[in-house]
Amino acid sequence: MFHFAGASCNNCDIEILDCLTPRYDVERFGMLLVGSVRHADVLLVTGSINKKCRTRLLEVYNQAPKPVVVVAVGACGCTGGIFAEGNTFAGPADKVIPVDLYIPGCPPKPEAMLAGIVKYINK
Amino acid sequence: MTAKTIIPVGPYHPLQEEPELFRLYCDGEMVTDIEWETGYNHRGIEKINESKTFEQIFFVVERICGICSTSHPFAYANAMEEIAHVTVPDRAKYIRSIVAELERVHSHLLWVGLAGHFIGYNTVFMWAWKYREPVLDLFEIITGNRNSYAMFKIGGVRRDIEEKNFTTILNILDRLKPKVEMLMKAVVDDPVIHLRTKGIGVLTRQDILDYCAVGPTARASGVDIDIRRDDPYAAYPLVDWKVIVQQEGDIFAKAVVRFLEIFESISIIEQCITKMQKGKPAEIETKVKDIPEGDGSGRSEAPRGEVFHYVRTDGSNSPVRHKIRAPSYVNVATFKKSCVGQTITDATLALAAVDPCYCCTERMAYVYDARSQKKVLDGAGLIRLSQERTRTLKNKM
Repeated sequence: MFHFAGASCNNCDIEILDCLTPRYDVERFGMLLVGSVRHADVLLVTGSINKKCRTRLLEVYNQAPKPVVVVAVGACGCTGGIFAEGNTFAGPADKVIPVDLYIPGCPPKPEAMLAGIVKYINK
Repeated sequence: MTAKTIIPVGPYHPLQEEPELFRLYCDGEMVTDIEWETGYNHRGIEKINESKTFEQIFFVVERICGICSTSHPFAYANAMEEIAHVTVPDRAKYIRSIVAELERVHSHLLWVGLAGHFIGYNTVFMWAWKYREPVLDLFEIITGNRNSYAMFKIGGVRRDIEEKNFTTILNILDRLKPKVEMLMKAVVDDPVIHLRTKGIGVLTRQDILDYCAVGPTARASGVDIDIRRDDPYAAYPLVDWKVIVQQEGDIFAKAVVRFLEIFESISIIEQCITKMQKGKPAEIETKVKDIPEGDGSGRSEAPRGEVFHYVRTDGSNSPVRHKIRAPSYVNVATFKKSCVGQTITDATLALAAVDPCYCCTERMAYVYDARSQKKVLDGAGLIRLSQERTRTLKNKM
C-alpha cells in the first residue's frame, strides 16, 4: 500500500498508521505500507485534492504499476467533505484518477478500513 | 558556497505522513542549507470560515489538524467568549481541560512513536502506539469519537461526562501510567537513542527567541513559556501542575519534555475528575443568544505550542475575518538552525523533532518590502520567477 495524503487534516492519515500498530495489525493480513508507489498494489488517497497536489496525484498514479487498486479514505477523499467549498479545491480524488473503493467517515475507524478492504477482496 | 548536491525529500515520502518538500543542500554528507516548500495541503480554511455560522466553524477549525483537534476549537471558543463576554461554568471548564490534556497525552505518544520510527527503532513506534490506544478509548467514552471530538461550543461543551464513567476513566489512566513510565525508561536509558539524539539538532535559547518558537520546542531549550500558565484559561488555574523545562535544546531534551508532560497531563486529568466528582452535577454551558459586533482573540496551548485565533464580527451570524496562527508555523522556521551542520541522517530526525504539523502550517503569504510597502512576490510573481529560472537552466543546457 502507498499512502498519498492530499490536502487532508491528518486524521485519516494517523488512523491508517493506527491500522499498522499492534491493536489492529493489518500486517498479518499481508498489508504493509511501502515507501514508494512503484512498489505498491494499492494507492490510498486521503484528504481533499487542492490545485497544487492535483498534478502530483496524477503523477503518483501514473508511476504506480498497473493494475492498482485506488482507495479513497475518509469523507474528504470521497467527496471533498468540509473543504469542498474551499477556493483551492480541485475536485475529489475520483475527478482526477479512477477510484475503486470508497471508505467514508470522518475519520473512518480502523475497523471500517479493514471492513472495506475485506469487502473488496471478497468481491 | 562550494559545489553542492541538492537532495529533495518529499513531497510524498515515507518519512512523514503529510506532504511537504524539503530541499537539503549538501556538501558531502553535511547539510549546508535547507529549504522547504508547502502548499500541498492548503485548503483555504480562513476563507471557508467567512461563509459559515459561528457554531459551524467549530467543526471546520477542528479539521485544521486531526492530531490537535481540540486546541483549535479551544482557542476559537476563547476568542468568541471574549467577544460575547460569556463566563463558562466550572464543570464545562473541567471537561474542556480533560479533553485538551488527553489530546496532549495521545499527541506526545504519537510523536515518540514516530521519532522512534525515524531512527529505525520500530519497537518504540509499536509500543508507543499500542499504549496510545487506551487514550483513544477514553476519547470514545467521553466524546463518542476517536478523533475530531466535536465537544466545544460557545459558552460551554456539548456533552457531559457521565458519573458512571469517572471510575472507568481513572482506572484506564492508572493502568496507562506504569506503561508510559516503562516506555520512558526504555527510551531515556537506551544507549543507541542517546547516540542518535544527544547533542543533535541543538537549538539554543537565543535561537528560540530569534525564531519565536513555542511549545515543547521552546521549553526543551530553557525558554519557560506555556499559555496554560501565562494566559490562564479553562480549568488550568484551578489545578496544580508545573511547566516542564529542560535546558539542553537537543532532540533528547525534546523527548524528555514530552514524556514528563504526559505525566503532568495525566495528573491534571485526575485532579479535574476528582473535583467534578466532589461537585454536584451542574450546567455544562452558558446559553449565548447573539454575538455582538466586536473583535476578540483567543489562545490555547496545543501539544505543539501556542495556537492563536483572532475573530472579528459585525453583528451577523458569521465572522468578517478569522485569522489563525498555528504553532508549527513558527516552529518549522527553526529548521534553518537545527538541520544545518548536521549529517543527512540526523537532519531527518531534526526535521521531525519539533513535531511539525503541516496541516496547521499551510498559509498563504505575501512578501512585502518593508521600505516601499510594495508587494514583492505574489502567486503570479512566483510562477514568473520559476519560469525564468527554468528558461535560464534550459539555455545553459
